[in-house]
Amino acid sequence: MQVHLMWTFVQNQILGMKWLNALTGNLLSMTGLDTETRIGGSVQFFLYDTIKITILLCFLIFLISYIQSYFPPERSKKILGNFHGIWANCIGALLGTVTPFCSCSSIPLFIGFTSAGLPLGVTFSFLISSPMVDLGSLLLLVSIFGVKVAVIYVVVGLIIAVAGGTIIEQLHMEPYVEDFIYKVGKVDIELPDLTQKDRFVYAKDQMFSTFRKVFPYILVGVGIGAVIHNWIPEEWVEAVLGGNNPFGVVLATLIGIPMYADIFGSIPIAEALLSKGALLGVVLSFMMAVTTLSLPSMIMLRKAVKPKLLALFVVICTVGIIAVGYFFNAIQPFII
Amino acid sequence: MTIKILGGGCSKCKALEAATKEALAGLGVNAEIEHVTDFSQIAAYGVMSTPALVVDEKVVSYGKVLKPDEIVALLKTYYCT
Repeated sequence: MQVHLMWTFVQNQILGMKWLNALTGNLLSMTGLDTETRIGGSVQFFLYDTIKITILLCFLIFLISYIQSYFPPERSKKILGNFHGIWANCIGALLGTVTPFCSCSSIPLFIGFTSAGLPLGVTFSFLISSPMVDLGSLLLLVSIFGVKVAVIYVVVGLIIAVAGGTIIEQLHMEPYVEDFIYKVGKVDIELPDLTQKDRFVYAKDQMFSTFRKVFPYILVGVGIGAVIHNWIPEEWVEAVLGGNNPFGVVLATLIGIPMYADIFGSIPIAEALLSKGALLGVVLSFMMAVTTLSLPSMIMLRKAVKPKLLALFVVICTVGIIAVGYFFNAIQPFII
Repeated sequence: MTIKILGGGCSKCKALEAATKEALAGLGVNAEIEHVTDFSQIAAYGVMSTPALVVDEKVVSYGKVLKPDEIVALLKTYYCT
């Protein structure tokens, strides 16, 4: 009981920051803005969500970058070389969650893994899990949807990554990797010895550079969220994304795929849609689609693989995300 | 001394190039900076996270944008002139 109360406090007040919502509401009332009106409500949602996500972002990026400093891709590559079969896929998916990696590094990473002799399926398990599930998304999901949803999200994300990699392996897609990638020899470079201070400085630098990079996306995301929250009628959301539309998950996934944003930008939209009666699986498949697949990342990956393999990758991710959506819709009554 | 920046041309790579120029100017060294954008060449150095800094064909840093004073320190430790 004690533990339960403590956890509720952590979830609502520390991760969910309910106090901040009350505070922004009170401050707005003091300036004479009625938060019960649509405009007042929008302003409150915008301020509360922007501040909340910014605080979470800075704290999370710092923490995650510190952990990531132990797992540069060069090291993940060496670790992965020690595993075989399905285990290599599992470890690849897990390392994908902690290896720092931006889309502009995806080609060198692909070449590095391949030239180290890692199976293609393992590389893809890594490439799927890396954007889809990371440590940041886990904590952020706890703050918005609660711990059960967050843990299940991460587990199903890892399952898609392992399954996707295994399918690509079984279909023997090796000929559909661009030829130049196989021509690069295996090179191991020295890993620098980092002191604790180096790791802290790295984490701090990552925090500032990530903040500068994603802050515009957060503003756009929260802005859209504020509009949904206060201006879009609940009936519309329910009709299109709620229980009345069996294709809500498919629709949300297809809209999310070409969009490019990270989890911090997509979460306020998901949060607002959920509060308006959209089903859990619909908003989660939207978030997964936005973070996992995007036009820029596909264009980047096209440089390393031929169209057939790229298409297979997109199809596997899409089918996986849609399956996750229906799965969450089905279990929603039991976990929220 | 030959200096190369490895990176696909993203904003971080350009930031590293600018910082390197600044470091060299501070040291009073006149060296050419070559920007390698070809991915197979980058991978040939064993680098998987860009941008990376290569001095006389040795990778001295990768995966981060160094500040000018860090580059100065690196150049001094590797090449006591």
